[in-house]
Amino acid sequence: MTEIREMAAADLFDVAIIGGGVVGCAVARRFTLEGARTVLLERAPDILAGASKGNSALLHTGFDAPTGSLELACVRDGYAEYREICGRLGLSVLETGAAVVAWTDAEVAKLEGIVAQAHANGVDEVRAIDADELLAREPALSPAAKAAVLVPGEHVIDPWSTPLAYIRQAVENGAVLLRNAGVTAAGFDGAHWRLATTAGEVRAAAVVNCAGLWGDRVATLLLGQSAYAIHPRKGQFVVFDKAAAGLLRTTILPVPTERTKGVVVARTIYGNVLVGPTAEEQDDRERATTDSETLHQLIGQAGRIVPGLADMPVTAVYAGLRPATERKEYRIASDPDRRVIDVGGIRSTGLTAALGIARHVHGLYQAFGTAHRPIADPVWPVVPNLAEHRPRDWEAEGSGEIVCHCELVTGREIAAALTGPVPAGDWGGLKRRTRAGMGRCQGFYCTARLARLTEGRLAEPLAVGPAHHGP
Amino acid sequence: MAPERIDLAVIGGGPAGLAAAIAARAAGVERVVVLEREAEAGGIPRHCGHPPFGWAEFRRILTGPTYARRIAARASASGVDIRCNHTVVQLGPAGELACRNAEGAVTLAAKRVVLATGARETPRSALLATGDRPLGVLNTGALQSLVYLEGLVPFRRPVIVGTELVSYSAILTARRAGIRPVAMIDAGPGPIARWPCAVFPRLLGIPVHYGAEVADIRGRPRVEAVDVRCGDGSRHTLACDGVLFTGGFVPAAELVRQSPLALDPLAGGPVVDQYGRCTDPAYFAAGNLLRPVETAGWSYREGTAVGRLAALDLQGRLPAPDAECTLEIAAGDGLKYALPQRIVLPWRGADGLPGLQLRVRRAITGLLTILAGNRQLYQRRVSVRPERRLIVPLDGLDLPDRAGRLQVGFQG
Repeated sequence: MTEIREMAAADLFDVAIIGGGVVGCAVARRFTLEGARTVLLERAPDILAGASKGNSALLHTGFDAPTGSLELACVRDGYAEYREICGRLGLSVLETGAAVVAWTDAEVAKLEGIVAQAHANGVDEVRAIDADELLAREPALSPAAKAAVLVPGEHVIDPWSTPLAYIRQAVENGAVLLRNAGVTAAGFDGAHWRLATTAGEVRAAAVVNCAGLWGDRVATLLLGQSAYAIHPRKGQFVVFDKAAAGLLRTTILPVPTERTKGVVVARTIYGNVLVGPTAEEQDDRERATTDSETLHQLIGQAGRIVPGLADMPVTAVYAGLRPATERKEYRIASDPDRRVIDVGGIRSTGLTAALGIARHVHGLYQAFGTAHRPIADPVWPVVPNLAEHRPRDWEAEGSGEIVCHCELVTGREIAAALTGPVPAGDWGGLKRRTRAGMGRCQGFYCTARLARLTEGRLAEPLAVGPAHHGP
Repeated sequence: MAPERIDLAVIGGGPAGLAAAIAARAAGVERVVVLEREAEAGGIPRHCGHPPFGWAEFRRILTGPTYARRIAARASASGVDIRCNHTVVQLGPAGELACRNAEGAVTLAAKRVVLATGARETPRSALLATGDRPLGVLNTGALQSLVYLEGLVPFRRPVIVGTELVSYSAILTARRAGIRPVAMIDAGPGPIARWPCAVFPRLLGIPVHYGAEVADIRGRPRVEAVDVRCGDGSRHTLACDGVLFTGGFVPAAELVRQSPLALDPLAGGPVVDQYGRCTDPAYFAAGNLLRPVETAGWSYREGTAVGRLAALDLQGRLPAPDAECTLEIAAGDGLKYALPQRIVLPWRGADGLPGLQLRVRRAITGLLTILAGNRQLYQRRVSVRPERRLIVPLDGLDLPDRAGRLQVGFQG
């Protein structure tokens, strides 16, 4: 790490990207592939420490995005590029489709408009289905469902391996990833930026702000003001046991309201079923707490949608923060004079749209007048497969010891996640790279072994020290 | 590749599983294999580094690890083939088991299977606890395996949540490892475990608060404080560096849940008859997979009984299960579960599980009653608290001779 830091300090980068969420990782990949010397600055010990750590993991078609919006364009482009490249990066798609289900007559009345909007957005295969067709497709769904809109292309992806694959492709093609590098001050001399970070100074000819929950603060550091203010919106989720996966094929979406897309019941690519998110405004940009009462409500809601979920054991709970602004749309703006592109307010569609946003941002950057030569034959790293519907490492011959029994994570998967070009920086990063400790026992069986295997490798160790054996 | 054929496969090498394997060998079963997913057999006692274990089995007071080694050695000596690092991933019909070991996939075709996968504590997530999700929040199982298997500690000043037997085991572990709990709290009105456990934390100077629950966990990246809400509505902040959620055991029934075997949502384990036999008669179950939760000694005895019954079944000496002559047992008012969940008639005396095992949800005093239709088979006034053993002997009850339902519960 020291070597990289020295190099980063000595070098002048073409572009510095601030923020290692899914958008920052995708932008770093795009700029690297386009031939720019790229550095990504992340304040936390690992990527995905903010908004990108907790989402509903859906690959959106854009059927419900505002027609004609930048968000729609980025979602559509991102969707297409994801499908094109995912196989080469070792990523996959769990093809679930989605159904926007109406539970009341008032909601039934809105379905026609949803279909019309989807068609206007170019998502042509979207169609209305009646309760019989819906229940034939989803027999475990509550028979109280009245009708639905089927969105055949709305699928489920791996929310953590996806950005990891993007940043790995960037790094393995020459980008520099600096973690524990929060930006504390910034100065522009008319041609170059000097960014003071907690990991030293970084110089770059252009800056892209992908700071998510800190987007307005970083924009103010760079430009003296921000066009938007971030109002964190918390979403809590409950993840059910893998036994629940048999209950559901299609992602179940509610008819959206003005404020939120509402609570989703969906399979995860890891073989579970999740319900969430809530939408709770808060000021704190870091604390994403779960609370007992809300989690009970979510479980109740899940049980009303899919009655079999009511008795299903809970495996995990989590909460994420969305970097909402005062407006719904993406807040992407370019300042060619100061050579800054600000990417703000990317909320629930960010996971899908990231690749499209990256292309859009690169398009804006071209107006700065700096030309690079794209990498002719880039490296395509393959990230480890965590998707349950494809063969995992434990199924391979000679894959050795299993460390996490609930998620069937092997010792060599742990070892691989702790080494390589983008090793796990903290415990959360290791979980997101391997699934270790994320299963039904939540570490009852594997904590001890993992503490030993990760000793000296993580920013904050699992164990605080040796046991002092007393009487 | 053709599956390897064996007589009895035991899934799980803890006290119940090893005892079942030993008993089956003693009853003349030829090929008995224990499939253990960890690197060593012995189960949970492996990381309970304190006494008392083993009095019933060895007439000695042993620590958990010593006990675990002794029972594994006894199994090996009696001709049991213990295969460690073997994970069973799927229970197939009629005893076909999909497994994997370090080399790759293996299929076993066992004439009979004893499921003995044990139990684990409820983690913070499934408790739906409020707060941040920092490092330092764990269960006793994780604490004890850290201390006894790796010589490490996850915190120095934790709050301990719960007052079950395992909660005091956690205090013993903490004391040995130089961990000083700042408090012990329980949502109930008094300790769940029996005296003298309950006086023990006070002797060590650990404050105990009843009627208190975790209202918030705070800290990043490690635990910094816990807010505790007391029965009177008051809220207190305890500075600490960890939270230990103890007890709240649930059977480790994931293989059962993802198989065609029926699962009892009350006990949390597979539905069994008085012989420990599951709804697929190739499968038996024993130990804490059946219900939360009993001691290692109890599990060992139960494993011995079920291993012997599986051996008898292999010799064709158990009555075949038959829906026409099965009594279903329904756990009613006040009961958390009743085990076994069914009785295959004719009742042949207590050659199976020793009786009806019951647990209550909350402290209760009342008339425990067993009804077959309108006919009362049993009534006794009992006063019992949660997580206390409550056994009704089935021998001597005038059971019906035809299929039906036994209603067990409290009246008044």
